[in-house]
Amino acid sequence: MSDLQITDAVRLPRRRAARAAARPLLPLSVSGLRLDIPQGALLDGLDLTLPRHGCTVIMGPNGAGKSILLKLLHGLLAPTAGSVSWNGLPATAATARQALVFQKPVLLRRSVAANLDFVLKARGGNRDRRDALLADVGLAHKARQPARSLSGGEAQRLALARALATDPEVLFLDEPTASLDPASVQVIERIVGEACARGTRIVFVTHDIGQARRIADDVVFLHRGRVAEHSAAAEFFPEPRTLVARDYLAGRIVL
Amino acid sequence: MQDIGEAFHLALTLVLSGDADLFEIVGLSLQVSLSATLIACAIGLPVGALLAVSRFRGRGAVLVMINALMGLPPVVVGLLVYLYLSRSGPLGFLGLLYTPGAMIVAQTILIVPIVAALSRQVLEDLHGEYAEQFRSLCLSRWQSITTLLWDGRYALMTVGLAGFGRAAAEVGAVIIVGGNIDHLTRVMTTAIALETSKGDLPLALALGIVLLVIALGVNAGVQMLRMSAAKQASYGAAANV
Repeated sequence: MSDLQITDAVRLPRRRAARAAARPLLPLSVSGLRLDIPQGALLDGLDLTLPRHGCTVIMGPNGAGKSILLKLLHGLLAPTAGSVSWNGLPATAATARQALVFQKPVLLRRSVAANLDFVLKARGGNRDRRDALLADVGLAHKARQPARSLSGGEAQRLALARALATDPEVLFLDEPTASLDPASVQVIERIVGEACARGTRIVFVTHDIGQARRIADDVVFLHRGRVAEHSAAAEFFPEPRTLVARDYLAGRIVL
Repeated sequence: MQDIGEAFHLALTLVLSGDADLFEIVGLSLQVSLSATLIACAIGLPVGALLAVSRFRGRGAVLVMINALMGLPPVVVGLLVYLYLSRSGPLGFLGLLYTPGAMIVAQTILIVPIVAALSRQVLEDLHGEYAEQFRSLCLSRWQSITTLLWDGRYALMTVGLAGFGRAAAEVGAVIIVGGNIDHLTRVMTTAIALETSKGDLPLALALGIVLLVIALGVNAGVQMLRMSAAKQASYGAAANV
């Protein structure tokens, strides 16, 4: 990852920022996206368009470029070539209206409540919402507990609450339920589903085919840094168009 | 060996009897070294944090320079401060030479690079952990720095301790700019040097014992604070210590 070019946080002039904030963030249009490292291409000319609403699940074998794609879409990485266009908005303005839940949540060395307070204060949110957010993810009773003493599932729920505290228009989730128990998976899927129903655009990376069936409106299947298939979930799962997707769904090894 | 035993006995008597001269020296030493440590932390911690989160051309050279300055020879610092504060020097009008103020200035110059370099390392490691989350939240550089300083506060206590240790044990700079004047600028280290040269070992040993006790006490105090905070914040084994 040290070979990757990270993006700089650039603040927009106030008037330009106000204009940008008034424009819708979606649709997303990705064209010829490429990310190279000295060892080769992580993404290789990827094209993608995301509609305004719903939950998109990104699937694919290990090394297909799923997490890298999320970071590029969220503006954490700069592509080697190609473009990511959020309805023509400047990249910084787009990032501020999105949130990303990482596979391994990074929690501040503070209490559970203070982790939420931090985000609400940093993003100018109403700090009165803290208790409601904690209740929503089932952590109200642990508000005063140190965040770093939470279990894996609880930590991920706090990370999700923290992401939702920013009122994102687009919520990226990078395998948020990997190695969690079924109860925690269920809670996270419920919260994500509710956010989606409220109009938050969801982009969810998972290896769990069952989970993808439960939550996806459309599926982007990545293979070797390219979009092998992008179709509605109702079409993808019963009848994938590509051989690699068929093999993947059938549990066969895909290289 | 009898001389040493006797010296220890007299030293303990001085400490336990509350000798006024001894405690005046101890008080001034603490005043000078703690002031220098606080000022150095006020300067060095933000500099370390800024270096931890910034990437710019020549950063590597700046880091090498700050790391090198950690080994500043105290007598050289003392000499430079002396030249600046002497009556004919550019800051001579301040009238600081041979005052505790001059000693604080010299010790501050000595420990700012220590605080800046060590805090940069501590906070850079912490920033490595937080960086993507900060960028995702679109935090400004100022917000990143204040968050790192707050979340790294327990590890930074050790950095402050390292600075205090350097200040309290230092003799070369303070003897040049302070002059080791009795009842005015005499601190523990300069008094130990003087009494040893005079052959008055009991007072030198007594001061040495007090210096060690203070060092132990400050370290124990900070350690207890850290342990208590670790319990509250679950800093635990994963702490960046």
